[in-house]
This record gives sequence, structure tokens and C-alpha cells, in this order.
Amino acid sequence: MSSTDLIQFSYLVAAVLFILGLRNLSSPKTAALGNQMAAVGMLIAIVATLMVQGVVDYTLIVAGIVVGGLIGGVTALRIKMTDMPQMVALLNGFGGAASVLVAGAEVSSRITAGDVPTGIIPGAIVASVLIGGVTLTGSLIAFAKLQELMRGAPIQYPAQQYINALLALGTVAACFFLGMAPLDPQLFGLLVGLALLLGILLVIPIGGADMPVVIALLNSYSGLAACATGFVLDNSALVISGSLVGASGLILTKIMCDAMNRSLANVLFGAFGAVDASAAAGGEGVDQGTATAYTPIDAAVIFSNARSVIVVPGYGMAVAQAQHAVRELTDTLADNGIEVNFAIHPVAGRMPGHMNVLLAEADVPYERLVEMDEINPQFPETDVALVLGANDVVNPAAREDESSPIYGMPVLEVDRAQHVFVIKRSMNPGFAGIQNPLFFKDNTMMIFGDAKKVVIELNDAVKNY
Amino acid sequence: MLEAPAVAALTILILALFVGVEVISKVPPLLHTPLMSGSNAISGITVVGAILAAGSEHDAVAQWLGFAAVVFATVNVVGGFLVTNRMLAMFKKNPKSDA
Repeated sequence: MSSTDLIQFSYLVAAVLFILGLRNLSSPKTAALGNQMAAVGMLIAIVATLMVQGVVDYTLIVAGIVVGGLIGGVTALRIKMTDMPQMVALLNGFGGAASVLVAGAEVSSRITAGDVPTGIIPGAIVASVLIGGVTLTGSLIAFAKLQELMRGAPIQYPAQQYINALLALGTVAACFFLGMAPLDPQLFGLLVGLALLLGILLVIPIGGADMPVVIALLNSYSGLAACATGFVLDNSALVISGSLVGASGLILTKIMCDAMNRSLANVLFGAFGAVDASAAAGGEGVDQGTATAYTPIDAAVIFSNARSVIVVPGYGMAVAQAQHAVRELTDTLADNGIEVNFAIHPVAGRMPGHMNVLLAEADVPYERLVEMDEINPQFPETDVALVLGANDVVNPAAREDESSPIYGMPVLEVDRAQHVFVIKRSMNPGFAGIQNPLFFKDNTMMIFGDAKKVVIELNDAVKNY
Repeated sequence: MLEAPAVAALTILILALFVGVEVISKVPPLLHTPLMSGSNAISGITVVGAILAAGSEHDAVAQWLGFAAVVFATVNVVGGFLVTNRMLAMFKKNPKSDA
């Protein structure tokens, strides 16, 4: 076996390990093993690449691996679980950045060698730069929104659609010309610039509540960018891994869109959650009734008679870092003989699976985390539904009010429980800016305040009742 | 016109997409966050391309671009796998002891 064959064979082994690793993610029992298998696959691919004949100078490689490894390692070990959406957003962006840079390096070395690319390679260079660039800045904007460095609401300005359309046209033209002359450094730089700008402009009009879709989509892009780079370098390891990640992100994107009953186009271009003055004014005037504020002590009375409780966590739990307090409350309830389950909406939080990770961190057994379709039939037989900083995902208007912007979205049917407690900071509508009739229902009791503080008070009240 | 290597790569791409869809569809929503961070680590495979660029000594620009790419891709690989491992360790805990 020649050394080239050996390297190719190593890439195949790595790809198989990636696939087996992802397959092991189908169960929480095998998932950690799966992740380790994928990591071993990566190690094999990297070691094999270091043995490639063209690789002669190891200084920059070692320096890069040390710097990147330190940054990645320290961040991964220190990051709080509540900040996981930001972390994933950044990692997506870095994947995109790497693809653009590798494409740039390839173009540069081909210019030096006078080696004009043919066949599919020019197209692949264009794709690497375009997808990678959009992924980089799009992810940075998503990061800034999640980290609250910029406001989460959609940012809109006059003639936005026209400016974007114009920019898109310019980008298509730049793609075409770079495809024709792939070694032109000015065209290359122009497309990099356009792709970076496009990534910014595409994500700023998207609201915070739609971030699960954006992150899933950018996750997919980071894979597709790696895949395109694989075509540039004619490297099967990149093509296989990139398409696995691309497929994964696309599936998650579809799941997130379905969970909001919206098309991907509507999420990307709908500026959902922008303040629509007419809708807001119209909605508030109607006989909403009054929401009634209660105290944790009132709630403790209800809990003392309850046999079953379903907790519905949302983004508010993440913001308040209330997951540990919630776990303590549910422990107290369980000690009182109450059955406690958690209802998890697919888009609760800011990324796919966000709530599950937080509750797992607080040692809530994952058997208690129940998916929407499974738990919805249980609400009518449940004594108390405790809504913790969730809003749109429990909005009954999605079922009842055909004029509501979220009509048709699958929601957790908490209003069918005997009693509903809603812990919320204020009466402000959620990110989508939509009033929630749940708050005004007869069986709903509002408890205002920071989720963590209220849950701790609730726990004390239940204990002392 | 497509050349033989391009057709081979396209074949691989299409087959890998099908495998990806099959495998990922079986991941439960419970594990969607670790799936994203883990797949992030896998997309750090670009590090392979980055090493090839940073290690060649023909072209200084390519080497430095390659160096930057090695940094970004390694953050993805190391950060992605480690943070996924951290999360999955939380899911692995024996739930019986808490029930």
C-alpha cells in the first residue's frame, strides 16, 4: 500500500467513525461513546494528513493547533450551559471561516504555481467562499443577538428587501465572474466581501425567537462549506463529513420550522416579531379580561392538593438560570407524592434541545423530559401546569384564533390543565410580540418576577405549607 | 465538463447525504443540542485542508491563510468534541438515583 493509499484509507476509517458516532447519538446511553468515536475519527484524519508528502513545514501547523486547541478547550470547559446557543453559533461561524481561508490558500498557491483550476473546482471555490462567508458573519450576528450584545428584535430599515435583492444580484454576478476567472485575486476578495455582508444582512432582520432555525441552518451551512472545500481540494474526508453535517443541520432546520408551522422562507424573510403597530393595537382592545397576579403562597395552597404537575420551561428559565432551583422545587413536590413531568416544546429556548441540556445539567432525569406530542394528551388529567418563562409555545391562540400570526403552530396545551401557573417577568408579550390569551383565562394564575427567585420562594412556600 | 475525480466526489457527496439523513433522523430531540455541537466538531474536518495549506512551503500567503484556518478549525474540533462530551456526561448520569 502506497502512502497515498494509506492516507485515503485513513480518511475512510475516519468517515466510518463519524457515521457510527452519529448513529450512537440516537440514545442518551450510547451518545457519549458516539462522540468519542467521532473524536477518534478526527484524530486519525489529522494524523494521516500530517503524513502527506506535500506537508513539509510543521511550524505553522503546530502553532495553529496549539492556539486553536487552547481557545477551544478552555472555552468548552468553562462555558455555562445556559450559554450553549452562543457557543454553537460561534463554532458554526468558525467552520465557515476555515472554509473561506482554505479556499483562499488554495487559490493563492495555484496563482503562485500558475495552475489554473478546471472542471468543477472553480465552482467549488465560489461555493466555499460564498457559503463560508455567509456562515461566518451570519453566525457572528446570531452570537451577538444571543449574547445580547445587540438587541434580539428584528432590525429593519427602509427598502431593506430591495437592498438585499440588489446585493444578491451583485453576489450572483461576482460568483459568475469568479467562476470564469477563479485565480483573479480582486474578484476573490470582492466575493469574500459580498458574502460577509450578505451574512450580516440576512440575519439582522431575524428575531430572537427564531434563533433555533437560524442556528440549525448555519450549522448546515458550516457543513456544506466544508463539503465545497472538499471539492476544491478533491478530498473525500471533507466531502463526506461536510455532507453529514449539512444533512444534520437541514433536518434540524426542518424540525424547527415544522414546530413553528412556518416555512423556512417565512422565518428568513418574514421579520417575525417586528413591532406591527396595527396588529398590536387591534389585539389589545379586544376583551382580553384581566390577568390576576398571585403570590407563591397562593400557589403553595394549590400544590398541596395536587397529585400531578407538568412543568413547561422556556427561554425565561434559561435567562434566569433557574434550572437548579426548578429541580429543587420538583424534588420537594415529588417528596409530597406529586408526579412531576416536564413538557418540552421543540423550539423552547434559543436552539434545538436547549431545555433538555439545561435540565440535564440540573440532574433532572431525562425520562421526565417529555416531548410535545406525547405530553399534550396528559394536560386534561393534570392538576397543575407550571409555565416557566415560556410564552408563544403555550399560546392557545395558535389553536383558537385564526387571525393570530401563530395560528396553526403546534403548542403545548397547558390551558387544559386544572390550574395553570405562569411565572413571568411582566405582562410584556413574547418575542413574537403576540398577546397570549392564556394569561387571561379563569384557570390561569400569574406570578410575576424573576423565574429563579419565584421558584425558590415557591419551593419554600410548598415546604412550609 | 466534469472530470472523473469530480464525478467520484459527487457520488460520495450524494451517498453521504443519504447516510446523513438516515442516521440523523434517529437522533431524539432530547439530544439535539449535543448533535449540533458534535456535528460542529465534525465539520472541523476542514482542519485537514488547513494543514495541507499551512504545511506546504511554496507560497507564504497560502501558508498564513492555512495557519489561520488551522486555528479556526482546531477551535471547532477541540471545542466541539469537548463541550459535547461535557453535555453528554450529564445525560449519562444514572436517572434511577434521582427518581
